[in-house]
Amino acid sequence: MRPEDILVPTPSGVCCKPGGFHIDPTRPVERALITHGHSDHARAGHGEVLATQETLDIMRLRYGDNFARRTQAIRYGEPLAIDGVTVSFHPAGHVLGSAQIKVEQDGLRIVASGDYKDVADPTCAPFELVPCDVFITEATFGLPVFRHSEPLHEIGKLLKSVALFPERAHLVGAYSLGKAQRVIAMLRQAGYDQTIYLHGAMEKITQYYVSRGIALGPLELVRGAKKPDLAGTITLCPPSANKDLWTRRFPDPLTCFASGWMRVRARARQGGTELPLVISDHADWNGLTKTIAATGASEIWVTHGQEDALVHWATQRGLKARPLAIVGYGDEEEHEAEAQVKTGDGEA
Amino acid sequence: MNRFADLLDRLAYEPARNNKLRLMTDYFRRTEDPERGYALAALTSALSFQHAKAGMIRALIAERADPVLFELSYDYVGDLSETVALMWPADPNHRPNAIPTLSDVVETLSTLGKAQLPAQLARWLDALDETGRWALLKLVTGGLRVGVSARLAKTAAAALGDKDPNEVEIVWPGLAPPYLDLFAWLEGRADAPANRDPAPFRPAMLAHAVDEPDLAALDPQDFVAEWKWDGTRIQAVSGIGEDGQHVARLYSRTGEDISKSFPELLDVLRIPAAIDGELLILRDGRVQSFNVLQQRLNRKAVTAKLIADFPAHIRAYDLLMLDGQDLRDRPFAERRDKLADFIERLNTPRIDLSALVLFSTWPELIAARADPAQTGAGEDAEAVEGVMLKRRDAAYVPGRPKGLWWKWKRDPMIVDAVLMYAQRGHGKRSSFYSDYTFGVWNAANELVPVGKAYFGFTDEELKQIDRFVRRNTVDRFGPVREVVHDGDTGLVLEVAFEGLQRSSRHKSGLAMRFPRINRLRWDKPPREADRLDTLETMLQRIERGRGGQPAAANASLPKPH
Ligand SMILES: [Zn+2]
Ligand SMILES: [Zn+2]
Repeated sequence: MRPEDILVPTPSGVCCKPGGFHIDPTRPVERALITHGHSDHARAGHGEVLATQETLDIMRLRYGDNFARRTQAIRYGEPLAIDGVTVSFHPAGHVLGSAQIKVEQDGLRIVASGDYKDVADPTCAPFELVPCDVFITEATFGLPVFRHSEPLHEIGKLLKSVALFPERAHLVGAYSLGKAQRVIAMLRQAGYDQTIYLHGAMEKITQYYVSRGIALGPLELVRGAKKPDLAGTITLCPPSANKDLWTRRFPDPLTCFASGWMRVRARARQGGTELPLVISDHADWNGLTKTIAATGASEIWVTHGQEDALVHWATQRGLKARPLAIVGYGDEEEHEAEAQVKTGDGEA
Repeated sequence: MNRFADLLDRLAYEPARNNKLRLMTDYFRRTEDPERGYALAALTSALSFQHAKAGMIRALIAERADPVLFELSYDYVGDLSETVALMWPADPNHRPNAIPTLSDVVETLSTLGKAQLPAQLARWLDALDETGRWALLKLVTGGLRVGVSARLAKTAAAALGDKDPNEVEIVWPGLAPPYLDLFAWLEGRADAPANRDPAPFRPAMLAHAVDEPDLAALDPQDFVAEWKWDGTRIQAVSGIGEDGQHVARLYSRTGEDISKSFPELLDVLRIPAAIDGELLILRDGRVQSFNVLQQRLNRKAVTAKLIADFPAHIRAYDLLMLDGQDLRDRPFAERRDKLADFIERLNTPRIDLSALVLFSTWPELIAARADPAQTGAGEDAEAVEGVMLKRRDAAYVPGRPKGLWWKWKRDPMIVDAVLMYAQRGHGKRSSFYSDYTFGVWNAANELVPVGKAYFGFTDEELKQIDRFVRRNTVDRFGPVREVVHDGDTGLVLEVAFEGLQRSSRHKSGLAMRFPRINRLRWDKPPREADRLDTLETMLQRIERGRGGQPAAANASLPKPH
């Protein structure tokens, strides 16, 4: 049996012929297994959706109650037989509810990891290493120049800046699902106990995190705050809001951006970021290569990102490796920026 | 090194001058000697050591990284030092004895032989993190560009002791890294360091702009006028050192030592004195255009041929010191008399006295400014960019004091151009599209960009343009928006500028100097905007002679290192 007999990469996502389902399909399908709630992986309009309870909840928050005809929740580690193949979900450490999906038939194990990271995150279950024969990996930061900093070091940079510029408002651009809550949680870990302000677009997701028992301390919406009261405060907002008229309500705003992309200066400057914070929810180069090696997989499929470098690296190590030309996965931040533009100027 | 690296990192992203100052002052306050002194030296380009070449950095990474991964990475990052800093394979299990400090790096580099540099650099890179490696590589390759001038760094140091930056400038020439005596003084632990430099820079006095209506409030009897020459402002100083040696130096307006670039001028500064003047190129007694001067300023190597082809000349405006006597608190009229005597004593063709423009009423001066050729400037009238008004009783006050010196420029050049791209500004303007690229029509009836402007509009106009940009965006590239610009729809900007230069970087083949938005021409359809021919004609006029060119306040001078 070949891996392709179980899973076939198609331009709209990986398809399991014997099980009759797709993983993270980018167009509506009859049966979808969803790794996590980010909009490039979790789309509305499928027939049946199988995902963790958190991912289903997040999809409901984003797309409304009728985002799929039927849904089914699955717990981490619980095996489920679908037409002769066995699937199970395992923590991916990416955002709340994120999972890698193991698909197994006749002893051949394939793991579709979705997006993942192998470093600590106080807002979600830690990444679980799942031994397998074929490992399907992302490569968002698949270049050796991407090695993320110790996240608490970056949080320290932000707090130092807040102390040095107490009359300014620090606006931290962060993806509204996952990154924003992680930044808040890490600020709390670092001992910051002031009220943290939120852009309206982050309200629902953040409330959901809190309802799942993730302590985020005192939070308030910017909407209700007076301009002078925002001096010396930290506000979390979608990255696109930092380029917007919305920032005019803040006293001398200092724009920060929490993203793995901030590692590269040209990229940070392009966005006009004044304080780049290298904090990522994706594995960096070391994380990707260490994880690939640790799974024991002899074959690597790369879904999206900097495929060339990662495929080259794997090939050099004697692994079978190939890029999957899947259209539509990508950078969550860019996705979110597009969505904001389409819906107007992000006033929320 | 880490704290210095973090500072550079912040400075590189921080657009606002005041915030840069805050960051630097905070660093100087928290960092001990001699580390902060070497940082100040690095920021003021006062460090001298052999710079590492790009080839050496490439060789270091080639020994450590897969060539395919390096090329893919370099291609993505676009900067060699940064690529190497980011992908340097520091061994997480290798514990270096200590992270190198900036002082370690500077002190080691000043004595290290060329052959030992690669191995030493590799050891440092092993011990540093990404930001530290980036700062180290920028430092050793001489590419430390974080948008901080020497003046700004000194201003930040001065703030440490609530001192005026000019007080630091006064003692600066006698100081050397790591500036222990400077910091001791700034922190109130010692007296001001004595300036033992026999030929120090004295902070320059600058003028405020004035315009015709302003003159009514001034009494012509109180002022003298002279031409404002379109060269670059300098200070020429000479003195006798403690060892009896004669020292002569040439400084830029900001105090940068540019002596090496103009050896022929140093030779004639025989009498101990400090002259404030304009650096010009004179051929056969005629003042050449600023473009000609720029050709000399841009040249790194000073050859005999360069000196012969571009003979440098000082037109003297003021005398700050003579024979060891400080004249700066004397009235201008008195300094001017002493200057005239001094130029006569010096008796060299390379230095002459700036002529006065005679007038007794404002209308006379207005007439002179309108026609310098007929009122004394003669054949050099094209090199006059306006008149300077100086109070007869004014002391020489560093900085830009109110009411003593006025500059009154000739009219700038003006064209109508069409807005093509807009970019968000920085700091307070970061939510507005406030940086504008504009173009004029070429022969093929396409708009070609000719410049970029950030200034000249009111806050209200900024809001109007911002609204126009948001409603008329046709494309986006990162922070840049392309706006609609065809013959019938678009925004015409009346752009004033100070000069034109040929430029291979622009599709139009030319670039404007100091453009600013003069007026918004909402009334004008884009097709009636100016054509490239118009600018080409202006440029040819400049190249033939002069065309109302400006002073070179912002022109780049050769670096001393
Ligand atoms: Zn994701
Ligand atoms: Zn993704």
